[in-house]
Amino acid sequence: MRRPNRDRVISIALVMPSIVAVAIFVYGLIGWTGFVSTTKWDSLEPDYTSVGANNFVSIFASARFQLDLRNTVVFTIFFVLVSLAIGITLANLLDRKIRGEAFFRSVFLFPMAISFIVTGVVWKWLLSPSSGYNLLLGLNPLTNRWFTDPTVLSISPTSGPGQVLHDIGLGMITDPKFGIPIALLSIVIAAVWQMSGFVMALYLAGLRGIPEELREAARVDGASEWGVFRRVILPLLLPVTVTAVIILGHISLKIYDLTQAMSPTGPGFATDFPATFMWQSSFTNNQFAKGAAVAVVMLVLVATLIVPYLIWNRRQATTS
Amino acid sequence: MTAGQVTGEVRATVADKAPRRFQIRNLTRPAIYAVLLLATLFYIIPVYILLITGLKGGSEVSLDHMWTLPQGFGFTSFTDAWTALSPNFLNSVKIAVPAAVLSSMLGSLNGYILAKWRFRGSETLFTLILFGMFIPYQAILIPLVLLERDFGLSGTLQGLIAIHVIYGIPITTLIFRNYYVAIPEELVEAARIDGAGFFGIYGRILLPLSLPGFVVVLIWQFTSAWNDFLFAATLTSPNNWPLTVAVNNLSSNTAVAWNVQMAGSLIAALPTLLIYVLLGKFFMRGLLAGSLKG
Repeated sequence: MRRPNRDRVISIALVMPSIVAVAIFVYGLIGWTGFVSTTKWDSLEPDYTSVGANNFVSIFASARFQLDLRNTVVFTIFFVLVSLAIGITLANLLDRKIRGEAFFRSVFLFPMAISFIVTGVVWKWLLSPSSGYNLLLGLNPLTNRWFTDPTVLSISPTSGPGQVLHDIGLGMITDPKFGIPIALLSIVIAAVWQMSGFVMALYLAGLRGIPEELREAARVDGASEWGVFRRVILPLLLPVTVTAVIILGHISLKIYDLTQAMSPTGPGFATDFPATFMWQSSFTNNQFAKGAAVAVVMLVLVATLIVPYLIWNRRQATTS
Repeated sequence: MTAGQVTGEVRATVADKAPRRFQIRNLTRPAIYAVLLLATLFYIIPVYILLITGLKGGSEVSLDHMWTLPQGFGFTSFTDAWTALSPNFLNSVKIAVPAAVLSSMLGSLNGYILAKWRFRGSETLFTLILFGMFIPYQAILIPLVLLERDFGLSGTLQGLIAIHVIYGIPITTLIFRNYYVAIPEELVEAARIDGAGFFGIYGRILLPLSLPGFVVVLIWQFTSAWNDFLFAATLTSPNNWPLTVAVNNLSSNTAVAWNVQMAGSLIAALPTLLIYVLLGKFFMRGLLAGSLKG
């Protein structure tokens, strides 16, 4: 009886350094960043004079940060939806006893092994107006400007829907701050290239876990192939979809490397993101308090996505 | 999806006429392959461009020839890129290899304890640790710079390695824990009855079974350290820059020819691509573990 107790002490002693490291470097430094975000620190030397929530007020009032938030929302929606659509389509096609399945799987997934920097450099070359796809497809570089396009699609205030929005007091939605920057879609293409194979792999693993008998049973009941997919397969894949949305969503909230290599801020901040703003504020302009405030907003966004997911995951683990 | 839909409807109405159903289903096969090949093009084209542009010599690098195969093999772009990037390549190796090795050792130990030596609150603690792998690192970056300065590690490779190891704790612990949980408790119990203690159980039972787990974690950590940009760009001095930072720098420099930039990118991508090609199965497992479904 003495031995297990001694081993228990050893086990706790050996796991302790990692726990302490995470406590300090994750939670401690987050707290420290939170503290910095409430100070006046805006030059090379730290200045911890408290300014309360002023930094948050000022970033939310800044046009650039507002555009960053717009870009984050637009990018996240497009990136997540397109990746999910491509991922589930490819997984379904590959799940039909395809010749060369292993080859296709590898091809769809290999971009995951590459850094966002390399992806950004290549796609910059592929989507530059004067080269790449414009050249291959004979597209006019003046009208197909990809990530250099300053256009922001928004509802015109003079159009019918714009008038309606104005009449019901939502006229602000016609502001380009609620529009879709065309340049952002180029970043979406590159990000989808990198991540959609991962979604495919998640769905394929999910599909392989669904017993054929379930599909057969639905078919016997007279369900069409589409009906089987919609009523049987899709609901069973819901956990996979949730996982994919969370993983892709949190990546898009943090996106930094890809835009650095491809289009750091873009025309009129069309490809600017909170992460870009955070880094430039802190390490280019030495406005560390402002950078910290942006970082806190990023953390809150990611946490609202991840914390429920972690709790959900843990419940699943304990019930199964 | 239209093809599938049509088949589906036909299937439902003529469910008793199996041969006809089979025939129509056959028609959808070419369509499936066509879509898969189209997707293959989408994924392959960037690599094609990387390769052919990298293999082209100075005179061939004009926009007119962008999509065409190079006339004969020229490796001048690679030698140029290598001259510029070889110190950074070495830095990447010096960062990613120790980071991967140290991370996997630490992860294995943590995973063993959290799987086989659970204590009160260890599950909650595990969830709290996992949160660390999702946070935006921007949220810890400013104090991290200050800490590195205080420890005299500013700009150094050692500092960056330590950071990769520390922020690798959540994922490596997760992968090993899930791996060890699957090892039957009876095996551990039997060793315990034979008088094995904490280290005996680890050394005799778990470690010998851990090789695949180590491969998964080594690959995962090597790849993430190799591909990291944010930490390296913020925390290393120019002479310690890894490839990602150097390549990004090269590509934003308009004085550097495109073929050299492409060759440089390929050099940066090659090691992790090679690992993927050779050890894809293990790479996949790491990926799936990263979504917590290990």
